[in-house]
Amino acid sequence: MTTGQPMLIEARGISKQFGGVEVLSYVDLDLHAGEIHALLGENGAGKSTFAKILAGVHRPTRGHLKLNGQPVDVTSPIAAQRLGIALIHQEPVSFPDLSIAENIIMGRQGGGLLSRVPWIKITTDARRYLDMLGVSLDVTRTMRGLSIANQQMVEIARSLASDSKLIIMDEPTAPLTPREVETLFDIARRLREEGRTIIFISHRLEEVRMLCDRVTIFRDGAHISTQTIDSISDDEIIRLMIGRPLKKFMRKHVATIGDIALEVSNLTLPGAFEDVSFTLRRGEIIGLGGLVGAGRTDVARALFGVAPAASGQITVGGTRASIQKPTDAIDLGLAFVPEDRAGHGIFATLSVEHNLTAAIPDNIAPGWFINRKLERSISRRSVEDLSIRLASLRQPIVELSGGNQQKAILARWLLTEPDILILDEPTRGIDIGVKAEFYDMIGDLAEAGRAILLISSELPELLSLCDRILVMSEGRVTAEIPRAEASQENIIQAAVPRSGMAA
Amino acid sequence: MSVTTDSQSQELAPSRPSWHVVLVRPETMTFLLLVFGLIGASLLSPFFLDVNYILRSFTLTAEMSIVALVLTLVVISGEIDLSAASNMALSACIFAWVQAAGAPLPIAVVVGLLAGLAMGTLNAFMSIRMQLPSIIVTIGTLIFFRGLAQVIAGDRSIRVPESFIGINTVMVAGVPLPVVIFVVVAIILGLVLGTTVIGRQIYQIGTNQEAALHAGIDAKRIKVGLFLLLGIVSAAAGIMAASRLGSVRYDLVLGGELQMVLMAMLGGTYIFGGRGTILGTFLAAWLLVIVSTGMTVANLLPAIQLTVLGILLIVAIIATNFIYARTQR
Repeated sequence: MTTGQPMLIEARGISKQFGGVEVLSYVDLDLHAGEIHALLGENGAGKSTFAKILAGVHRPTRGHLKLNGQPVDVTSPIAAQRLGIALIHQEPVSFPDLSIAENIIMGRQGGGLLSRVPWIKITTDARRYLDMLGVSLDVTRTMRGLSIANQQMVEIARSLASDSKLIIMDEPTAPLTPREVETLFDIARRLREEGRTIIFISHRLEEVRMLCDRVTIFRDGAHISTQTIDSISDDEIIRLMIGRPLKKFMRKHVATIGDIALEVSNLTLPGAFEDVSFTLRRGEIIGLGGLVGAGRTDVARALFGVAPAASGQITVGGTRASIQKPTDAIDLGLAFVPEDRAGHGIFATLSVEHNLTAAIPDNIAPGWFINRKLERSISRRSVEDLSIRLASLRQPIVELSGGNQQKAILARWLLTEPDILILDEPTRGIDIGVKAEFYDMIGDLAEAGRAILLISSELPELLSLCDRILVMSEGRVTAEIPRAEASQENIIQAAVPRSGMAA
Repeated sequence: MSVTTDSQSQELAPSRPSWHVVLVRPETMTFLLLVFGLIGASLLSPFFLDVNYILRSFTLTAEMSIVALVLTLVVISGEIDLSAASNMALSACIFAWVQAAGAPLPIAVVVGLLAGLAMGTLNAFMSIRMQLPSIIVTIGTLIFFRGLAQVIAGDRSIRVPESFIGINTVMVAGVPLPVVIFVVVAIILGLVLGTTVIGRQIYQIGTNQEAALHAGIDAKRIKVGLFLLLGIVSAAAGIMAASRLGSVRYDLVLGGELQMVLMAMLGGTYIFGGRGTILGTFLAAWLLVIVSTGMTVANLLPAIQLTVLGILLIVAIIATNFIYARTQR
């Protein structure tokens, strides 16, 4: 159905190497003018690298690009901008202390370096671009404090300001609420009608199906297939992405539920969460659902002592506990795999081994000195147990793929033999294949008698793993749903904030 | 499972050959410079390759080198302390002033050390407890301590008793005592940093303090400890300098903080924390002595000597950054 449309981009033989490793090899891809084109693939499949080559962030090792039939060399993001190619980042990059208008017009206000800044023109232009998107924001306020959804809108408005013909959205929906996703899709469709081309990178097939005209699937740095969305089934897409069919994940068997491991009552931290109460038993997996910013992570941080609660009680294994800092929590048998892996989890430049043993200093150093042999054997065992894929225990952890980094962080905590495990978005940004491994692991951990608190924004994950699901909204627990009654609908219903219910 | 094996191998970054690992260690650069320095200096002057001459030259900067070793730990942990040289001067002045006022020598030494500890506490309180940037805090205390030293000593020198003079003439197996102390401190700190949990945690908090907090590592306590250690070691170094010089003035090791930072940087310590070794600083301390005495022996003007040191630092920083950028990708 798309034949006959003019070609916007023709990529031929695009390859990219990083330090001798080929991450993209001989990719051919045509993009039509006025289509929404999905790029799918596991993490590390090369879709983001390809997008960044189009946007001038990386330069290809081999291959060439044509734009409107003319050969072009996208040497830098600025060159991409001049050619009308814009990249919208998942976590928007902006100047938080400048106004929205300045962020939109950025570098395009005209005039020389020393001429006066045309404020009136900047604000009216910015307002015009936001109006085109149907977004109403005060353009004179600063970016700081804007929701991620609105920050994305500002980035899209910026791409309109440079009259971009190709807009690349790299996993834009991950941090958005369902309603915000709807708005984003409306805007994307409107941009398509104006003849602009959109590349949409996402892990969520249902979104791709709702929005996109064609899909291209990457695997292991190679272009596997490009098809119209109507001519390919979800199963087929997944098979092409991972190279093998994926069985639908279900927890094998529910563990026997034992004694109370953790009891939380009336936990409150003003401004973050209020009056949170629940009990968690051994062998049980409790899901903590809700929108981003509902206070779920704050509860986890309070339980682990990173940012302690102001009032309320925590009882661990039947005794009142005072958790003021993470070491208190660790001593009580708690473990916490944080959401922000790069910021709060890994020591990027240190070796995998040093990352694994970070929480068990006493085990690796029985006397004054670290026992290297002991440390090596402990690390090697965790690597085997969790099948972490690496070249060497001494390699910096940042060289591992996201999923394997996450496994290493989980392994770090399993080494502390925790009774209570708090997992905050443990499968965010990891491959479908590794995700299934994680689900198996979480199930096994519960079966081994550990109590698990699983924070997740992915409803299928909550529904298939958890014995009970707590839903938070605006800092309060708004629903507690047993496994049998849980559905996507009643979770979302409890998660969406209602007016008049504000704290 | 057989289906996944080829995609697994794709995921792996290739393991680096061991010669590569050795070559990209930043101390390797320092070591090579040291070897070139030795060869160059002995070509410039045949008298240079006299071990005693080198050792005697080293005593002139031994005190600062000892402090630089501790400073290396502070920098790896992600902080910096620029007030150490001023601390040396103020501790030495307090020590000299207390004994000149008639206190017995051991008491004066203890008072001097406690003064250094107090200065370390002040830095730790502001940098760690109040969470102010340590570079600003210690620029402040750099001036403050030097000012206090001038208030105490005025513009004159305070003499120290004859019995206390001459730590640099005390020989241990033919090696001046300050050099021996430097070597011993380097070995101890090298062991602490390389083989103990505390050492490991210093790297971890310097790499990612938030991750360290989440892993149950008490970053604040370790950093406070390092500031206190630096305070008391600086005081000891100041008192050693007093013994070597025979008298104390407020401008003792004026500007020495830059030389200490130079040693750490030349040794491959990363200014933003998380990387560096005691071995690197150890080698860099010798490198500086050899380059500057080599130039003195070769009759180079002091102005040229300064220029060479500056170039050396710039080269070292470029090399370190290049190496780290390569290993970090």
